[in-house]
Amino acid sequence: MINRLANPARFMRTSATALPWCGWSAAGVLAVGLYWALVAAPPDYQQGEAVRIMYIHVPSAWMALGVYLFVAVASGVALVWRHPLAEIAAAAAAPIGAAFTFVCLATGSLWGRPMWGTWWVWDARLTSVLVLLFLYLGYIALVNAFDEPSRGAKAGSVLALVGVVNLPIIKFSVDWWNTLHQPASVMRLGGPRIDVSLLVPLLMMAAGFLLLFLALLMLRMRAALNERKAFALHLNSEFAPARAAAREHAAPAQPAVSSGGR
Amino acid sequence: MTGELGRYLAMGGYAAFVWPAYGVALGGLGGLAWCSWRRYRASAAALERLQRELGTR
Repeated sequence: MINRLANPARFMRTSATALPWCGWSAAGVLAVGLYWALVAAPPDYQQGEAVRIMYIHVPSAWMALGVYLFVAVASGVALVWRHPLAEIAAAAAAPIGAAFTFVCLATGSLWGRPMWGTWWVWDARLTSVLVLLFLYLGYIALVNAFDEPSRGAKAGSVLALVGVVNLPIIKFSVDWWNTLHQPASVMRLGGPRIDVSLLVPLLMMAAGFLLLFLALLMLRMRAALNERKAFALHLNSEFAPARAAAREHAAPAQPAVSSGGR
Repeated sequence: MTGELGRYLAMGGYAAFVWPAYGVALGGLGGLAWCSWRRYRASAAALERLQRELGTR
């Protein structure tokens, strides 16, 4: 499937159909998820209504990590196989991942104030997620820092691959160090340690965020492909007269009638 | 009814944290979606205009 899609023209055709489906599915799932999260789900027995922040904080944290992994894998494919679509996918996904990371940090801070009594603490989990945000921003800055897009993409790809080391640090920071942040309660060996009435809306919101990511990724990739095509057409039209003149200069006019030697 | 709505909006005393959290998510992700959509529309329009000018459609 990925091999078949890894062609810009085919991607444009397939995404033209998939994008509206994905976008409207994201809107529908998020609408149901938000109703569940804000109205139907019960308050937590300890945290009360503040637990409702979890329904955006936790899915955005999952997406922040998942999207970075996607950027790193696409960057690896772009570096090894020099596939332009992989390069475009990585560059299109990075701002979405940065937005999810920002939402994760901001909502975590808003959740931490009433629960921990502080907006921010330099513990391993919070600090490593902040590093993830800087990795995203560094990648975006690097990709756009060069006049020649391929050079920027190559430099960004190397940074994205080096930054992968931060992912296990984020995931296991709560186990390796003594942190104020709680350990994993959903993605853990032995199954989730969270009640079904809270888990279902959480998974619904996570599904909505995943669909939103896919829709935005396709939208941004389509925009980047349009821009590249327009740039190539523009260059082609600018240099067409010069190329024609060079061809004429290199090959003198042929006689109208062959000499019949062969 | 108003009392019920007021109680709901108060979020058990956590309104100052819950609603801004949802606002940040809506602003951050909604803003990105809006910018992405505008960029896509602009790129599609620019490409179409160029193709029309060059007659390469």
